[in-house]
Amino acid sequence: MARVTSPPDQVVQGRRPDPGASPAPDAAGLGRARATGFLVPAMVLILVFLVVPAAWTIYLGVTNYRLTGLAAANPEFVGLDNYTRALGDERFRSSLLLTLQFVLGSAVIGQAGLGFAIAFALRDRRGPLRRVVEAFVLLSWILPSSVVAFLWIALLDRDGGTLNTLLGIPGTAWLLDHPMLSIIIFNTWRGTAFSMMLYAAALENVPRSHLETARLAGASTWQQLRDVVFPRIRGHVLTNLLLISLWTFNDFAPFLITAGGPEQRSEILPVYVYKVALSGGELGFGAAISFLMLLINLVIALVYLRMLGRRKEAA
Amino acid sequence: MSAITMRELTKVYPNGVRALDALDLEIADGEFFALLGPSGCGKTTLLRTIAGLEVASGGSVRIGDRAVTNLPPGKRDVAMVFQDYALFPHMTVQDNIAYPLRIKKVDRRGRAEKAAQTADELGLSALLQRRPGQLSGGQQQRVALARAMACHPQVFLLDEPLSNLDARLRLEARTFLKRLQRELGVTTVFVTHDQAEALALADRIAVMEGGRIRQVGTPTEVFRRPANTFVAGFIGSTPMNLVDAEVHDGELAVAGARLPVPEDTRVTSGEKLVYGVRPEYLDYSAEPVPGALSGQVVVVENLGSFSLVSLDLPSGDAAGGPGTSLQVVVPEGREPEPGDTGWVVPRPGRSLLYRDGELVSSAAAPPSVPAARTGVGAER
Amino acid sequence: MSSATTTAPAPPRDRAHDGASSAVRHLLARTGRYVFLCAVLGFFALPLLWLATAPFDDTPTITASLPQFTLDNFRALLDNPYALSSLLNSVYLAAGTAALVVTFAALAAYALSRVRVPGRDALLYGLLLLSSIVTGTATMVPLFELAFRLNLIDSRLGVILILTGGLLPAAIFILKDFMDATPTSYEESARVFGASPLQIMRHIVVPVVRPGLATVGVWAVANVWGNFLVPFLLLRGPEKAPAAVIMYTLYTEGGQADLRLLSTFSLLYSLPVALMFVFVSSRYGFRFHGGIKR
Repeated sequence: MARVTSPPDQVVQGRRPDPGASPAPDAAGLGRARATGFLVPAMVLILVFLVVPAAWTIYLGVTNYRLTGLAAANPEFVGLDNYTRALGDERFRSSLLLTLQFVLGSAVIGQAGLGFAIAFALRDRRGPLRRVVEAFVLLSWILPSSVVAFLWIALLDRDGGTLNTLLGIPGTAWLLDHPMLSIIIFNTWRGTAFSMMLYAAALENVPRSHLETARLAGASTWQQLRDVVFPRIRGHVLTNLLLISLWTFNDFAPFLITAGGPEQRSEILPVYVYKVALSGGELGFGAAISFLMLLINLVIALVYLRMLGRRKEAA
Repeated sequence: MSAITMRELTKVYPNGVRALDALDLEIADGEFFALLGPSGCGKTTLLRTIAGLEVASGGSVRIGDRAVTNLPPGKRDVAMVFQDYALFPHMTVQDNIAYPLRIKKVDRRGRAEKAAQTADELGLSALLQRRPGQLSGGQQQRVALARAMACHPQVFLLDEPLSNLDARLRLEARTFLKRLQRELGVTTVFVTHDQAEALALADRIAVMEGGRIRQVGTPTEVFRRPANTFVAGFIGSTPMNLVDAEVHDGELAVAGARLPVPEDTRVTSGEKLVYGVRPEYLDYSAEPVPGALSGQVVVVENLGSFSLVSLDLPSGDAAGGPGTSLQVVVPEGREPEPGDTGWVVPRPGRSLLYRDGELVSSAAAPPSVPAARTGVGAER
Repeated sequence: MSSATTTAPAPPRDRAHDGASSAVRHLLARTGRYVFLCAVLGFFALPLLWLATAPFDDTPTITASLPQFTLDNFRALLDNPYALSSLLNSVYLAAGTAALVVTFAALAAYALSRVRVPGRDALLYGLLLLSSIVTGTATMVPLFELAFRLNLIDSRLGVILILTGGLLPAAIFILKDFMDATPTSYEESARVFGASPLQIMRHIVVPVVRPGLATVGVWAVANVWGNFLVPFLLLRGPEKAPAAVIMYTLYTEGGQADLRLLSTFSLLYSLPVALMFVFVSSRYGFRFHGGIKR
């Protein structure tokens, strides 16, 4: 059939700008000026209390600024001294190592693993059991950290703690003998809720038909997980891991339980910075370590984002 | 008087896309006017530009005797019904209908009265206290219409008014809409991609493609005499047959047959043209008809009270090149079987010729009321 | 390597046997699930037991045990001069921060969602990165110094401003998501009817986005209510300290901790957030995890 279409006639398809970017521009007729005005208050606050401190860290890190004494009034520029000192400091290195253990244990394995396990165990259930479990998990997340810290101190108390009483082993000093384990479990307990909710939502987005196809082909639960579920939620897993890794890396709450002790055996970086800079008064040195923390945060974020980006390309 | 006049209307997006290309169009007062075309042709952009939601890059728009090109949307005295109806979910039906009056600062009692009155006209009185979420699709549409009517605008703009309704409801709503517009007599412009809808509802249609108007005319004109092969292919539930033809000795050589040249056309011998005729305007015969197009039946599609029969025709080329195919509408009871040989005779006066995609005619297209420049023969 | 001959079909399996073993496996899987969930429940409930029992126990100990019921312990709250006032301080900080966060984030998110402000995409990406990387802990040193220079040490306003600054990027993100999901046809419709931008915001945008505003408000309150570090760093003295700091001092300072005070204070301090969470999630649903939409 010779179907002759009208000659193209240098016609450009009159498409509306890409709808994915944003909805129809300026629906309410705000105009650029007003819109910029809307942005100002938020941007000012973010600038002053987020951007400036981050930049200020860099400056402070190259001085010998102290809280009191001569250096408080006249801070001197000391170049990279603080940084070399930090990198050479045994205490810093061990703190860094402890922090990495903390993140690995309580975030990657603990929160994400347990969160996923719970979400998976609760999948497709709607009844009272699900509501009760979710309620308790969420409660642990929502309670203030000071309260939760004390609850765990009470739980793990050597003589009267509920844990020892239940297990029948009075006299085990969890916080003294196993400080890292204690704070890892504590942080897992506190943070699982976020991962659980995220994975629950992600699991619900896995289309039923995919799982059923796999089941009809004879796949076991584990195989379904591996072949259908994980590939689909990989993006969410990465986002989740990114967020909780960053949050855990920067978490100050263990200070409330062990204060870094005993003898710095649970002194993760946030506690270390506090001790050095604000207890010890060495603001310059503390700022240098803070900057290193910022850098590590940035690296973690970039690594995950790179992995996320690569996954999006592959998809 | 609320006619709409557009002159050289142009819209260019920041990324260089030319959504509207120097359009000239006149819509008469009280007319039910359709903007029809495939997605991306600019019809919705045109509607939004009339509304003022898009700012024209060039050209002008007049409503009535006012130049509105630079007026903000709220000041043009138009009402727009969006494809998703845009009923405010947190307001009752009554508050929704009365909303334009609230902006115009009508007092509370006046608003309630007017809302009740408008709702009554559209059969919505029982629903005044409901929320949009509690209404059916058809009811939502009527509320959206009521809201547009309540402020008595000069122009109604409807963006795909029937797309969100399911098929059965759509036909009812179509009749309802046509009747309503007739009663109100307000100039109405609506956008659709469904040519059947445009043909059924509109007094006149503008067929658009790529930011340009390809033809403006009444449904009959657009159906019977499409100005170019784009419109010919777009209009009609069954696509028009478009077949290569060549002029020989005052006749058309089409797929191995000789057909008369349509009246009122000027052609030169040896010219290569495209011959167009709708399947509905072809008569099928199982008996041989001398000089008629003939071919072998390939597909018979049953469409209820008639069938669409596809025929393979020889090419008519001495070299035996690839043939063409033709579609014919055959009334029930007379359908052939695949494999049969059939003859096809076009009805007189229903054949068209296209030269380089444009309709060939001897006279200029008769002006349709009111005088409007069409896209025919005025390509840039 | 496949042979040319067709292989004989596998001998028919014993259907009954298959059925039985798969049923057993099924049963094991289900019991396994239940056992796991009970263990999870126990794990999460265990530390909370003390909070539920000790405030009502006539002689509270550090062990969670069945209480000899009394309500007298709550009187200990009145005896301590700073307990109740610290709760008021927490309310002040939380309400103030939430108000600022919701307002500023809503304005910014709306502008970013609807208007093509120059550099918008770079800004959003930058905000995302910024909010994750720059935390209170990582910048506690310069924050302290900045507060000192701005004369905001020992000022609750200073705490509010710093916390707002920290929460804004994420809040803008969440709200922008909500705004993007709200069809623009409502605003355009109102605009064609003649409403001014301010009227549009008041009549249309705010009511429609209310669930998002509520979510962000609740999230901000929950964050500030429990925030320890910033008030700990910046506020001197117990009169201005919020409950988060007072709680800490109650169990770290001075000899034997007063368990009556600790238990009742913990309960009272925890109750508002718990209740608020229950209320909001039953009314609006709690769905803002990383933009996963149903």
